[in-house]
Amino acid sequence: MPSSKSRDSRRMRAAPKSDLGRAEQLPKAPSGIQGLDEITGGGLPRGRPTLVCGGAGCGKTLFALEFLVRGITEYGEPGVFMAFEETAEELSSNVRSLGFDLHKLEAQKKLAIDYVRVERSEIEETGEYDLEGLFVRLQLAIETVGAKRVVLDTIESLFAGLPNPLVLRSELRRLFRWLKDRGMTVVLTGEKGEGTLTRQGLEEYVSDCVIFLDHRVNEQHSTRRMRVVKYRGSVHGTNEYPFLIDETGISILPVTSLGLAHKAPMERISSGVARLDQMLGGKGYFKGSTILTSGTAGTGKTSLAALLAEAACGRGERCLFFAFEESTEQVLRNMRSIGIRLDRFIKSGLLRVMPSRPTAYGLETHLVSMHKAILAFAPDLVVVDPITNLISVGTGPETQSMMTRLIDFLKMRGTTTFFTSLTSGSGDLEQSEVGISSLIDTWLLLQVVRSGGERNRTLAIIKSRGMRHSNQVSEYKLSEAGFEIVDTYLGAAEVLTGSARLAREAEDAAAAQAASDEIARKEQERERRRRALERQVEELREKFATEDAALAHEIELAVRRSGQLSSSQMAMAQSREAFTPNHADGAKTKKGRRR
Amino acid sequence: MGRASKPGRPPTPSPATGNEETQRRLEKASVQTAQRYLLRLYITGTTPASSRAIESVRAICEEHLYGRYELEVIDIYQMPALAKDHQIVATPTLIKVLPAPLRRYIGDLSKVEKILFGLDLREMK
Repeated sequence: MPSSKSRDSRRMRAAPKSDLGRAEQLPKAPSGIQGLDEITGGGLPRGRPTLVCGGAGCGKTLFALEFLVRGITEYGEPGVFMAFEETAEELSSNVRSLGFDLHKLEAQKKLAIDYVRVERSEIEETGEYDLEGLFVRLQLAIETVGAKRVVLDTIESLFAGLPNPLVLRSELRRLFRWLKDRGMTVVLTGEKGEGTLTRQGLEEYVSDCVIFLDHRVNEQHSTRRMRVVKYRGSVHGTNEYPFLIDETGISILPVTSLGLAHKAPMERISSGVARLDQMLGGKGYFKGSTILTSGTAGTGKTSLAALLAEAACGRGERCLFFAFEESTEQVLRNMRSIGIRLDRFIKSGLLRVMPSRPTAYGLETHLVSMHKAILAFAPDLVVVDPITNLISVGTGPETQSMMTRLIDFLKMRGTTTFFTSLTSGSGDLEQSEVGISSLIDTWLLLQVVRSGGERNRTLAIIKSRGMRHSNQVSEYKLSEAGFEIVDTYLGAAEVLTGSARLAREAEDAAAAQAASDEIARKEQERERRRRALERQVEELREKFATEDAALAHEIELAVRRSGQLSSSQMAMAQSREAFTPNHADGAKTKKGRRR
Repeated sequence: MGRASKPGRPPTPSPATGNEETQRRLEKASVQTAQRYLLRLYITGTTPASSRAIESVRAICEEHLYGRYELEVIDIYQMPALAKDHQIVATPTLIKVLPAPLRRYIGDLSKVEKILFGLDLREMK
């Protein structure tokens, strides 16, 4: 087509210049396929071909068709679908269930479908040929709708229908050049070959972007996966990403955050249990945090989840409850028994319970559908009850990375997430089976303590990032009144629960009574002793007084006697006239000697 | 390309002898009742392959189907919609619409033997 050639060569010359001018990545055409644009950093390479390959039934045609339809409906880029395998009629009836109305788009002159039928049995080669017929048809279709996007599904059928592969190969090379020159963003599909990406080695013509789709059955669970094998000139996620085909098309679960960049709100939300809020620094969980409640069977994990949901809905927040164990009805009934009424929130549309059988699909498929539901419902709170059921359908080590992606995704959205995790009674309770504990902000451990012929429930906070929290193991009860944390027996030795706690409390009361009795007794004894002593002191004093008096008497007697003696001596001296009173000394001496 | 088929054959369009004339009339009569050929040749402008194909198909028709064929030559550059409607992928393509079954001969029609065989004309040699 000479007319377009000059225009295209101009475009070709211009294109590399603009690429060099900007040091950024290649220009990209958003695919509109949920998740794909995140993996590829914006979409498929604009103006270049992308090969989508995979085995039978992996979703190649749907991928290509969705690329076109989204291009038309969301990005205003008309498209051409060259079908080599299905007629336009078949195609449009196949995708009608996905809400794609191809007839309407065709009528609006936004989509051109050309079914290329190549019947080997009626074709004979009679000499040199080229594929100009195909070029003409493409040209016509492109001009009819002003297309920007082209799908070739599956051009490999030409190899089956036309002789002389050598000619075909050189013609295909020319075709891709031709499409590139026209700036068409092309998706071509190819069937997986033995040991190669495509049977006819299409990947050698398409060096820009190759996407591989896979449909695997692993332990009876089928999972679709997608991988960007190569993307020249662009950073892209290289992992295998699970994807889902459902009534809204393809959704791929991408890694939403390659970094840790989510916000950390200061806002706190109530757990729905006042006493638990108190244990969590008095205010409850952080908004947007990830909470894990692990515990053995029958510890009330779901109840705790329902309480949080009730509290959230009560504040007017939206809550999405993934139930992997019970049906919606069952959840509602069981929660009603402990006084949690969720029905009204379902009616008001704030709460949505999404029950599903874990064994219905593989883990990846579950995660993709959860991802989708979250995007659609935009909840403030997501409850997954229990996460362990999901893990059980997962396979191998990718399980953890899948969970990480989900948690990352929720964190990025600032959605509070509540997981319950069923731990087996025998294992280490403080180890989450999922291996996601490092991603968890607040981790509650619910445990059953068996003692004295009864089972009692206890709650402990294993960790709670960014807040002071109680280190107390608390007992709680589930009753019509709800989830009730009871006063703990605060003993030094151990935490007691149930009747043991009651018994111990009684024991303690008795002990306290005994102690105070003892004190009183000691007081009395002291008093008695004091009195006794005082009595003794009195006696002694009396005794002393008596002795004192006796002695005083004796002294007086003695004094009197000595007075009498001296006076009698005086009298004797006077009578003898031997001494004058002046010589009394001599007399004394004599007297002493005499004694 | 007519040249491959010419050796060893009497030149058909040359002035006819009485015997040959009779035979041709007979041929014509039988064809008019049963074996009319409707052929369509799809070409792309004036490319060498297109020219070769036109030349070749004309020669074959004149030689073997004189008077009982219709040949349409369609340039798909001029009428691209027909390429779509008639499922043309490779060019040049010669379609034998009639008699049934429908057959497509792709290429520049240089392998005359193949075409003759395909058109059920070979035994007439």
